Amino acid sequence: MIYLDHASTTAVDPRVAKKMLPYFYDKFGNPSSLYDLGLEAKQAIENARQKIAKFLNCSNEEITFTNGGTESINMAILGAARTIKSQNKFKKPRIIITAIEHHAVLHSCDKLISEGFEVYKLPVDQDGFVNLNELKKALNNETILVSVMYANNEIGTIEPISKISKIIKEFNKKNKTKIIFHSDACQAAGYLDMNVKALGVDLLSFNGSKIYGPKGIGVLYKEKNIELEPIIFGGGQERNLRSGTENVPAIVGLGFAVELISREESEKIVKLRDFLIKKLLEIEGAVLNGPIKDRLANNVNVSFAGVEGESMVLYLDRAGICCSTGSACSSSSLKPSHVITALGHDGGRAHESIRFTLGRKTGKKELERTVCAVRVAVEKLRRISALK
Amino acid sequence: MTGEVREITGKKWIYSDIVEEHFFSPKNVMCEGKNEGYNGIGEIGSPDCGDIIKIWLKIDPNTEKILDLKWKTFGCASAIASSSILSTMVIGRTIDDAYKITPLEIIKELGGLPKRKIHCSVLGDQALRVAIDNYKNKKK
Repeated sequence: MIYLDHASTTAVDPRVAKKMLPYFYDKFGNPSSLYDLGLEAKQAIENARQKIAKFLNCSNEEITFTNGGTESINMAILGAARTIKSQNKFKKPRIIITAIEHHAVLHSCDKLISEGFEVYKLPVDQDGFVNLNELKKALNNETILVSVMYANNEIGTIEPISKISKIIKEFNKKNKTKIIFHSDACQAAGYLDMNVKALGVDLLSFNGSKIYGPKGIGVLYKEKNIELEPIIFGGGQERNLRSGTENVPAIVGLGFAVELISREESEKIVKLRDFLIKKLLEIEGAVLNGPIKDRLANNVNVSFAGVEGESMVLYLDRAGICCSTGSACSSSSLKPSHVITALGHDGGRAHESIRFTLGRKTGKKELERTVCAVRVAVEKLRRISALK
Repeated sequence: MTGEVREITGKKWIYSDIVEEHFFSPKNVMCEGKNEGYNGIGEIGSPDCGDIIKIWLKIDPNTEKILDLKWKTFGCASAIASSSILSTMVIGRTIDDAYKITPLEIIKELGGLPKRKIHCSVLGDQALRVAIDNYKNKKK
């Protein structure tokens, strides 16, 4: 099998799995318990919290563990918005997001629309970049929250998070507002600088399943002065922000997973990514989706003219290659990728898009075999295609 | 890249064996430059929709039986398999008979489709009717 869908999920690194195992059966205590077994579990999660605080350059108290990226994002957006609304200072509070955010952001915001918020979607250019002047124009005295993803999961666009944070901070200073800035960093965590001070974010979400950690675990960074209403209620764990018995093995795993992230690995993957892009673009009628520069290290997204995405994915699956597509037929909503659609290209491009996302174990030979398989599939599907 | 609910089929593949056969070895595909002598042509769908089916019919003007059907499809596995199986269902039938083919019959021949894929088969019978109408209009 040639696995090229790391943006969807990653295998748990064996070194991470090994560290997790004792917490399933030996050290299985509830971190809230008063006896030794419980204290041991509590220590384990605090050690992990320390590692993640170091990874993000923040303090331990600013880290909350959640069930994953989606939950962190929901907590951030719903929590911040509802807290501010309850202060009754705004007529119709505005939330600014981009047109290419992950569904967790989009659908949290849809919920907030029904709660009386206004959601302003910033358009992106044909490479997926947010226009900073558009952002400046969108900020107003009713704005309470801005959420912009660090790196896009479909086309790899890396947004200028530090610049965006500067713009928001300047606006806050000038207008005496307190607009909060959140970033979805789920795709970025493995490859980009996650120093929250340098990024200038107030809230940041990321998860374990994209960085060779377990599924079902995420982090929400919350700057200590930010107030968030919880979305889950219960025993008051995680400083009352996220009730529920902590997933100790997964938290331990996440702590080790972040320690395994390396710059050298990013640099190695970039070269492989560029090799794959170059080879795929040699195929007639192939176009790259997303930018060449400021693109996530492992992301390749190409559309092949006249060839539908799901069909390509199934042909490649038969050849032992795992990848994904932005085609409507492969989505549960039966709508084409909102990300590729937002780039402003013609209608067919989303349906023809294939995404390959490389990983820790990806090698050049695998990519060469992939290119061959793509050529065969494209040729066969073009022969039967009703589109020239 | 949204997730989807896979129906539990007990198979390694999302689709039936019949769909698999017709998807990877499609029958009656129109070859380049071989579209002479077809007297009913119909096309449905658009790139924006992600599905386009084009059908060429060779109809005997005396018996009004479909002698041959060739097709080309831009679309997912369901759309391609539906086009292919439709071609095998229709050859030899009269146009009046073929006109009545429903999506449900196509799905049945395919051994079933995942629920949310049913719309993909709905195009095949539509394209067939457009092709038959095209033949009838030319006759007038």
